[in-house]
Amino acid sequence: MNYETLLIGLAGVLAAAAPIIFAVLGETISERAGVINLSMNGTILLTAMSGFAVAYTTDSLFWGFLAGMLIGALVSLVVAFASITLKQSQVAIGFVLALTSRDLAYFLGNPFMGVPGPRLQAMPIPFLSDIPILGPLFFKQEASTYISFLAIVLAWLWVFRTRPGLMLQGIGEKPAAAYIRGANVNFMRYVYTVVGGALIGLAGPTYSLGVRAGWMGTISGLDGIGWIALSITIFGGWNPARAAFGAYLFAFLQWLGLVLQPVLTQVPSQVLQVAPFPLMILTLLLVNIGDAEWVSRTLAAMPESARKFFTKFLRAMRASPPAALGVPFERD
Amino acid sequence: MLKSRLGGFVFQLIAFLLALGFVSLILLAVGASPFDAYKNMITGSVGSGRKFAEVLVSFVPLLLVTAGLLVTFSAGLWNIGVEGQIVLGAIGTTWVLRQFVESSVSPWLVISLAILGGMIVGAIWASFAGMLKTFGGVNEIFGGLGLNFVATALTLYLIFGPWKRDGVASMSGTEPFPEAFALPQLEGFRISPWALVIALVAVMIVYFILNGTYFGLKIIAVGKNIRAAYLLGIPTWQYSLYSFLICGALAGVAGALQVTAVYYRLIPAISSGYGYLGLMVAMLINYQAIWAVPVALFFAALNIGSIQLPIVMKLDSSLSGVLQGILVLFVLLTEGVRQKIVKKG
Amino acid sequence: MNVDLRNIHKHFGKTYANKGINLSIQSGTIQGILGENGAGKSTLMKVLSGFIQADPGGEIILDGKSVVINSPADAIHVGVGMLHQDPLDFPPMRVLDNFMLGRSGGLFPNRTTVRQDFLKLAEQFDFSLDPDNYVDALTVGERQQLEIIRLLWMGARVLILDEPTTGISASQKNKLFATLKTLAGQGMTIIFVSHKLEDVEFLCNQVVVLRAGELVGEMHPPFDAVKLVEMMFGKVVTLGERQPIQTGDTVLELKGVSLEDVRLKIKNISLNLRAGEVIGLAGLEGSGQDLFIRACAGLVRPVGGRVILKGKDLTGKSYHAFKHEGVNFLPAARLEEGLVPGLSLTDHFVLAEEPKGVFIDKAYGQKLAEERIKSFNIRGNPTSTVESLSGGNQQRAELALLQSPLSLILLEHPTRGLDIESVIYIWSKLKDRCKQDGAAIIFISSDLDEVLQYSDRLMVFFSGDVSEPIDATTTSIEQLGQLIGGKGWPQKGEPHA
Repeated sequence: MNYETLLIGLAGVLAAAAPIIFAVLGETISERAGVINLSMNGTILLTAMSGFAVAYTTDSLFWGFLAGMLIGALVSLVVAFASITLKQSQVAIGFVLALTSRDLAYFLGNPFMGVPGPRLQAMPIPFLSDIPILGPLFFKQEASTYISFLAIVLAWLWVFRTRPGLMLQGIGEKPAAAYIRGANVNFMRYVYTVVGGALIGLAGPTYSLGVRAGWMGTISGLDGIGWIALSITIFGGWNPARAAFGAYLFAFLQWLGLVLQPVLTQVPSQVLQVAPFPLMILTLLLVNIGDAEWVSRTLAAMPESARKFFTKFLRAMRASPPAALGVPFERD
Repeated sequence: MLKSRLGGFVFQLIAFLLALGFVSLILLAVGASPFDAYKNMITGSVGSGRKFAEVLVSFVPLLLVTAGLLVTFSAGLWNIGVEGQIVLGAIGTTWVLRQFVESSVSPWLVISLAILGGMIVGAIWASFAGMLKTFGGVNEIFGGLGLNFVATALTLYLIFGPWKRDGVASMSGTEPFPEAFALPQLEGFRISPWALVIALVAVMIVYFILNGTYFGLKIIAVGKNIRAAYLLGIPTWQYSLYSFLICGALAGVAGALQVTAVYYRLIPAISSGYGYLGLMVAMLINYQAIWAVPVALFFAALNIGSIQLPIVMKLDSSLSGVLQGILVLFVLLTEGVRQKIVKKG
Repeated sequence: MNVDLRNIHKHFGKTYANKGINLSIQSGTIQGILGENGAGKSTLMKVLSGFIQADPGGEIILDGKSVVINSPADAIHVGVGMLHQDPLDFPPMRVLDNFMLGRSGGLFPNRTTVRQDFLKLAEQFDFSLDPDNYVDALTVGERQQLEIIRLLWMGARVLILDEPTTGISASQKNKLFATLKTLAGQGMTIIFVSHKLEDVEFLCNQVVVLRAGELVGEMHPPFDAVKLVEMMFGKVVTLGERQPIQTGDTVLELKGVSLEDVRLKIKNISLNLRAGEVIGLAGLEGSGQDLFIRACAGLVRPVGGRVILKGKDLTGKSYHAFKHEGVNFLPAARLEEGLVPGLSLTDHFVLAEEPKGVFIDKAYGQKLAEERIKSFNIRGNPTSTVESLSGGNQQRAELALLQSPLSLILLEHPTRGLDIESVIYIWSKLKDRCKQDGAAIIFISSDLDEVLQYSDRLMVFFSGDVSEPIDATTTSIEQLGQLIGGKGWPQKGEPHA
């Protein structure tokens, strides 16, 4: 592979990661507030379909993306209502919505199957795109990719550097303590769940109007992305920057699988395609295993240097969820 | 009144009507007549004996999976990996059958061994999710999902690789097995009474385990409070694992029957989403085994009833999934509303 | 700031937590509020701090102005701040973030000026808090200090403290009291809620007593402790006669046991416990007694030493192995650890019996449950779910789960939150079981009177140090109090009396 195709490939990785970035950032801020939005897989499909359908009908990419965000917000509103107001299991409601939205996407998307529609074009940024290496890598992207860069920075700044972001951390960690500090906990949970849902809703159109333009129904290959994004959220330790890193890592591995396929002919293609999933389990294992009792016992039995190394490694991998994740808040 | 059984029933009826109304709106939105759609779904499912037999074909795996999930739900576990457990059951069965294709062993013995094989492989696959949960702290939802994708990939690999059809491999699956390896069917219908009996017996066993045995009581205790169950003397992680094994075994049987009673070969979509649908059924019946049979039958009827929609009305057959999902959604929501009213009153 | 509470009522369902309470506190006063658990102290303070709203009809007047307080945010806005018993802060976040969380201002807080304010306030009260440290690395006392300066920074002029001396060290308590006196001197109003007489006596300028939701008395220094207790309980409290010990064979033997968890290291505990004996574990919460009792139950593996039960070496064995040898552990968190919410009393009794058969014998379960309910005087029926029982009845149900043969009963806070009748009943039951089965008891309690009253010997825990077992009959409450606070410990190497 020559240098130029490598650059194009890597630039493609950045673009391919954009929808996943939107999804994991949306999920991250929703979970930061204490609400698990398990509907993500269905939401991505539904918004991909509806984003495409709206853009096709109105011939406007803008309306397509907006439709995606609105529908994402709407689905998450159901999650919020059921879990915050009705205090039902977030997992149950999210799972049902994940399946229902998916089927709804297939049902409503039937007339749009395979029709050619509008799609995002690359938008090189003047001057910046001429910089060697960095230019083709970062600045010859589609608008959605630029927005994904911006979203990472903004989400990180919001959570860790702003006053409301500090409160957001508090709401997910210990709602009662946030409440005595003046937060309207349940209202803010609604807000963040819906905003997070809108971000997740951006992921769908980013696929159907960009990365994998068009709507292909069950063979769109989008079914499953949402579940991956959920695990990336955990891998990301509820930190927007680490979550984004996870998304890039995933996109990179997928690309690597494609690139290596012709090289590693003895490995069946199905194995490479599915490689991210065992990897996902493995990363989750690394994130969680440090808390297991038998691990601490095994560590205790290791020689000093090995123990130090493994302890350090596991601690770096470890990510603890917001303490009140999935727990409804009630005054007194 | 709201607390009573009747009150609960009224709310479920409301949920059903709301769901029907909501789906009707969706149908109107795409320019289809809801009345025609429902009529087609009814005639498509119970319109003839042959069609009802199809419903039963779909009912068998759904009931088996639901029965298994009732056990994991009782243990407080969300066994989303059930989908993959069906797939692995089918793979296990296919493997066993392949060993005997050229042999002269009695087909009955072969089929029994094959179903047993599917059951064991399904249980082993379920134990992976269980062990990831117990020893690795990986939430069973994520472990299970990951394993589902791996299971699908494994199927594809087998169909296109080692088990590929003579000539050219294709999405149509492996080479069909000889007729002798099929569970006998009712004359003129696609349904095998044997499969039906297996599924019904399975749900009865599960009902009995959960309601009449100390084993079941312990599983329920683990599900309700794992710390206290441990202090009460129950070996908790073992019981979590047992529940995974039971569910995996039943899902494995479902996969085995898909091979021996429906497709007679391994196909890529062998699980047909019955695992996820089983989760919905279990949620809809609020984890009460007694309701598993009617609700699974109803969902199976929706599945079959929607098959002819694309031909007759140019509607996508995923309408059944929408209807099922919306129904569960509204039942969950109305249940939440009911609890809220009860608490206030 | 002058605080006037007028005619405060608050009911939860049918029970009144506060009934027509009137209370005025002058600026600069340290007001003590005494009362036993459930007397309505916390409810009253939650009303004043905006956490809950009183029933209509009452009034809160600050410096002569009637105010409406609908939320904690409203409360701090009018100058009322509350320090909760369980610190309401964010453990995984940094001290400085905790400090500024909730303060209004621009989108991006100016961390430099916040840090300056923080350091200034901390210095003023001689609190050594590192703003960059994480709160989960702080002691409860330090977390209180953080919360106090945060409330002051937010503009609190009335400071409510709810049981602030639980869980902090003696030196932190001294520092806290000095701080409160300074603040009162500056015109702050301090409201000090406690059930600890000695703290209230030492600190407060005036005391009111709440009982069953009503204000039943008021007192100014010098305080009469006997009278205060009488007001708190509505009667003279006697706990019954101490019974002489009749000890039997050795039940539990600890040989140089060392324990470790993330926070604490306990080294080299040796103990010889005989049948019929009761050992009380005293100490501030989190001083290591919970680790110790869980090690005796087999829930925590010792890092060194041997645990021998009735001559059998059980070191490193699991809790279930301990249980089979007759060790029973009753945790403090009844509905979290002790009982299974959603299951009935019958289910519990049946499960605890470790039934051998496959099929549930309904008749046997019913009979068993009726028997136990009767003999343990539980108010409930066999099909009652455990969460529907009152706290006292849940505790009785836990006792009814004790299995024979019984060799060792381990209890965490066996009577916390229970009324005095239940306490006496539960202890008499426990002593009966002890005698009947030849078992011994180890229990944790933060109630010093209970420890002295019911144990034959006691062990004091202080941040991982453990005293030799002391004879309870010759120990006074003052001595015990000092040991718990870290005073009167032998120097290293010196043999214990």
